[in-house]
Amino acid sequence: MKAQHVLRHGMILGTFCLGFGVVLAISDSITVDDIAARALEDRLNSLSQVIPASIHDNNLVADAITMKNELDKEITVYRATREGQVTGVAYEIFGTGYAGQMKLMMGVDTQGKILGVRVLAHKETAGLGDKMEVKKGDWILRFTDLSLGNPPPDKWKVKKDGGQFDQFTGATITPRGVIDAIRRGLELFAAHKEQMMDISTSKAPRKEAS
Amino acid sequence: MTTPYKTIVRDGLWENNGVLAMLLGLCPAMAMTTSATNALGMGLATAAVMAASSMLVGMFRSRITQEVRIPVFILVIASMVTLVDLFMNAWMHELYKVLGMFIPLIVSNCLPLARLEAFAGKNSTLPSLVDGLFMGLGFTIALTLIGAVREVVGMGTLFADASLLFGPAFKFMEIRLLPDDTGILMMVLPPGGFLALGLLVVAKRMLDLRAGKAIQMGGAHSAA
Repeated sequence: MKAQHVLRHGMILGTFCLGFGVVLAISDSITVDDIAARALEDRLNSLSQVIPASIHDNNLVADAITMKNELDKEITVYRATREGQVTGVAYEIFGTGYAGQMKLMMGVDTQGKILGVRVLAHKETAGLGDKMEVKKGDWILRFTDLSLGNPPPDKWKVKKDGGQFDQFTGATITPRGVIDAIRRGLELFAAHKEQMMDISTSKAPRKEAS
Repeated sequence: MTTPYKTIVRDGLWENNGVLAMLLGLCPAMAMTTSATNALGMGLATAAVMAASSMLVGMFRSRITQEVRIPVFILVIASMVTLVDLFMNAWMHELYKVLGMFIPLIVSNCLPLARLEAFAGKNSTLPSLVDGLFMGLGFTIALTLIGAVREVVGMGTLFADASLLFGPAFKFMEIRLLPDDTGILMMVLPPGGFLALGLLVVAKRMLDLRAGKAIQMGGAHSAA
């Protein structure tokens, strides 16, 4: 008797699991292409903000390699080329803010000059730290056209630390983290320039990925 | 006996409001109410999940035995949340980018489960759907109120970025009530969530008292 009950409950639960499993599988197969397309759009969108459209005629997502950054973390490097010549690269950089890691995307040209920086993801306090987002302020735009020598390395800091960059009202730790991430990103480019700009390596990983 | 839809609607929206009366679902009510827009989006997503899962449980209630009802309820809620997550990601991507990381949290919101246990498991399809929908809308109203209070006091704006969430047509909702940088920032931070919620619960009880109603005590017990 008891065993029968257990069996019956098991059957009921199992049937519901199966039913919803099928529904979810069907929904997943309906949406999977759209979701992939949206993810690609997002990626291209953030890339187009740090790599001006005028300097490249290639598909940035296709011409990408992965490499390890200074923290031994795997990053994807997107290369902009025009008529086969590399004109710039874009890659993710990471900084530590007030509430953990911040992920940014930075584009630099072949001379190591910043084409643009944008915040991709962060957990900073709304209303304080989020002024680094481009839709909430133009603070992040000030880095465009700067490079490792401009300003000199000891000026790549917020004003409070003796550098040349304004912190924003009420937040010092966030801009400090962003500036540090950018400086380290530029150093990474300076150290691995050849590898990051070597366009001949891009075709192989692309085929694997697709 | 006719189904008292009017009572169900009133209960969901005001009398037995999930947040302001039963004090359920406080995790999203604290985390997602830093702005009225986020609160509204989160509330609507939760309402969709609650309406769908209440309807399904109401539909299948005769097949669900007492012993396995809780796992089945959770299965239903988790499936609905996953569906909302998938569809929103594919077809309402702008909204998804704002709410995306909070949608899985609807599973752990105890309000949908409480309504399945208290109502949908004992009533037929249509009343369950109505209950789920209006409990969800009541949740949305409560969250939007908390979000509005926090946003106005903390940032001086109301429904900022609503056009990012719902499309350019909603630009008219974005209002600035106080000059920039004059807000009390604490209201946007976690303590402000508790303050805003506490004050709104007080406000609801004062209104109820004025209307001569007895105050329901005991929060979640009234749901079970």
